[in-house]
Amino acid sequence: MSDIQSQTDVFFVRREMAQAEPPPMRVHGIIPWMRTNLFSSPTNTVLTIVGAVIAWMVIVPFVQWSLINAVWDAPTRDACAANTGGACWAFVKANLGQFIYGRYPDPERWRVNTFFVLLAAGIIPMAIPSVPFKRFNLLYVFILFPIVAGVLLYGGVLGLPLVETAVWGGLFLTLVVSYVGMALSLPFGIILALGRRSNMPAVRVVCVFFIELCRGVPLITVLFMAGILLPLFFPTGVSFDKLLRALLGVALFASAYMAEVIRGGLQAVPKGQYEGAKALGLGYWAMTRLIVLPQAIKIVIPGIVNTFIGLFKDTSLVYIISIFELLSTVRNSFTNPEWATSTTPASGLLFAAVVFWIFCFGMSQYSQFIERRLNTGHRR
Amino acid sequence: MAVADAGRMSSSRDLWYNNPTIRSIVAQIVLVVLVVGTVAWLANNTVTNLHERGIASGFAFLGQRAGFDMVTFLPTNSESTYGFMLLAGLLDTIVVSALAIVIATIFGLIVGIARLSSNWLIRTIATLYVEILRNIPPLLVILFWYLAVIAALPNIRDAIQIGPLSLSNRGFFMPKPIFGDNFIETAIGFVVALAVAWGFRRWARARQMATGKILPVGSISLGIIVVITGIIFVATGDPLTFEMPVKNRFNVSGGWDLPPEFATMFLALGVYTASFIAEIVRSGIMAVSHGQTEAARALGLRNGPVLRLVVMPQALRVIIPPLASEYLNITKNSSLALAVGFADLVAVGNNVLNPTGQSIEVVAIWMAFYLGLSVVISVAMNWFNARIALTER
Repeated sequence: MSDIQSQTDVFFVRREMAQAEPPPMRVHGIIPWMRTNLFSSPTNTVLTIVGAVIAWMVIVPFVQWSLINAVWDAPTRDACAANTGGACWAFVKANLGQFIYGRYPDPERWRVNTFFVLLAAGIIPMAIPSVPFKRFNLLYVFILFPIVAGVLLYGGVLGLPLVETAVWGGLFLTLVVSYVGMALSLPFGIILALGRRSNMPAVRVVCVFFIELCRGVPLITVLFMAGILLPLFFPTGVSFDKLLRALLGVALFASAYMAEVIRGGLQAVPKGQYEGAKALGLGYWAMTRLIVLPQAIKIVIPGIVNTFIGLFKDTSLVYIISIFELLSTVRNSFTNPEWATSTTPASGLLFAAVVFWIFCFGMSQYSQFIERRLNTGHRR
Repeated sequence: MAVADAGRMSSSRDLWYNNPTIRSIVAQIVLVVLVVGTVAWLANNTVTNLHERGIASGFAFLGQRAGFDMVTFLPTNSESTYGFMLLAGLLDTIVVSALAIVIATIFGLIVGIARLSSNWLIRTIATLYVEILRNIPPLLVILFWYLAVIAALPNIRDAIQIGPLSLSNRGFFMPKPIFGDNFIETAIGFVVALAVAWGFRRWARARQMATGKILPVGSISLGIIVVITGIIFVATGDPLTFEMPVKNRFNVSGGWDLPPEFATMFLALGVYTASFIAEIVRSGIMAVSHGQTEAARALGLRNGPVLRLVVMPQALRVIIPPLASEYLNITKNSSLALAVGFADLVAVGNNVLNPTGQSIEVVAIWMAFYLGLSVVISVAMNWFNARIALTER
């Protein structure tokens, strides 16, 4: 017993609770977030400070200029001329009609508005994958809508007064040019891409020549050709509308880029698909229409939308042959003595930038959405 | 066998117009006839039209006196010929594109890497930059720099002065270096120093391969270049002087000036294209598998060397081809100079075709230049691509 007693003496029995350890670092909430995302290392801390200074230097003057110090409402230029430290939104407000419709006559503007509605009615259901009747929708977008819109905007029939294309302008013309460019470049691009992959040497050479010629030169030179050279190419007396020439130039230019995008899709279709289609006894056109193109186009939808974005941005160049789309309408209004002040150009350009940005950003988000949707098969 | 043959005999495939070979030949002949016919018809119309308007075709007009002047890098005046004006425009296109390419590459690389930063603020700023710039037309960016930024700079009297540099709405003025007679020796010394530094680099590399010892190659090479060039520069008696820009009441004379149109073009193109290059760089880096980074870290490399020695060389393979097409885009977009009146090839050509009516020739010159440039850049890039391509066993 005593033996055991002596042994237990060296044992230590703890009588009170151990000191509690400090709680682990929080991993949720603002401060831990800042610790991992902004101040994780000395370099990162320096970068954060530099970034904050840059952001401060850009955002504060911008907000002050465009929102706080801006002239929002003024009947004439006087208020803007007196206020050099802020944007002149009154100028944009006063000219908004011109920016949207160009010089399209006032009483006829409802036709442009109808055009906007018809356009949205075609594009929006087309873009939403779950809406049915895609076949009818395609028919509407590519055939019915262009005819209706052409009649509606140009007029001269059905009791609609004729509106010369020379007075078309603004955002509406930007949309017309890009729509026609998109609607024509897709079929042209498909034909060129098929031609480039054809077995027939003559077809291949012609397509490669056209594609590389268009892709190798700036759009400006193509527009110059459409604007200045085209009248020289045709017999005297044959004259095209200037807008029509610009549309042709833009569409041909865009179809060369489109052809390369679609060629990528054609190359991505596995060879077995071609062979399978041939083994079923399908001819070239049936194989292309039923087997190859549906798969190829599906793969390159993001690329097609990116080409559309490029085309939409490029419409700003048609001013070269004096067609006044949105950007050149805005630019022209700077020289209008009624509103010319030192802040007018920056305000107008910012407005145009926002409009272009909304359209292009919208399209790019859409293309990313489609990419995610199509990317179901090989997601890691 | 006989049955199969009999079946074949009566097949509609044997009709001559259903034979794929014959069909293909006929289709090609039709296409060629159509294309050649259209071109011939258009050419014939053009010749008739030119004849009616009394315009002589051919490039003889290039030798005539132009009678207009534009601000270019080559010394032009109103006595210059059309050919010389076009040459000056061509040089301007090359200079502005080259500068924009340099700026866009540096800026795009920084922004592209910043988009992958672990720092939220840096990443967000870079993303905003890319998403804003990518989605507006280049022409708008150019006009914005020209009409809203550069035009908003103070006028010449209250120009922003930083030492000898002055910035105003007339452009950017800086001292112009004047090279003395014996400057050539300094230049030769510089070249020699470069050669020595290169030799040293090779030696250091060989030594590292043999012994594993690493020398600070960068700083030693820099030292060699600075010391050799500096000694010769001082020894030959300071052959470089500067001509200071002198400010008058309304203008600045002397010195080197960067006209506002030129500054607009290369800044706008550089800043705009940087947003595209940033995306290319980002996707290139993302394409390098994460295992590479992890392996590099396991070897004990730090962040900088991981990026420089492991990730970037592999990312370059993905980056180079789209980068080349972006460089081509810069060159093609430099034709937008027409909008701000910078005298590039297209703007000069526009001024030439108005008085002469030689529109076909001018458009042909434009196309030849841009197509030639496309070919040169593609060939160079294919060569580079082949050099850095992955060598697989």
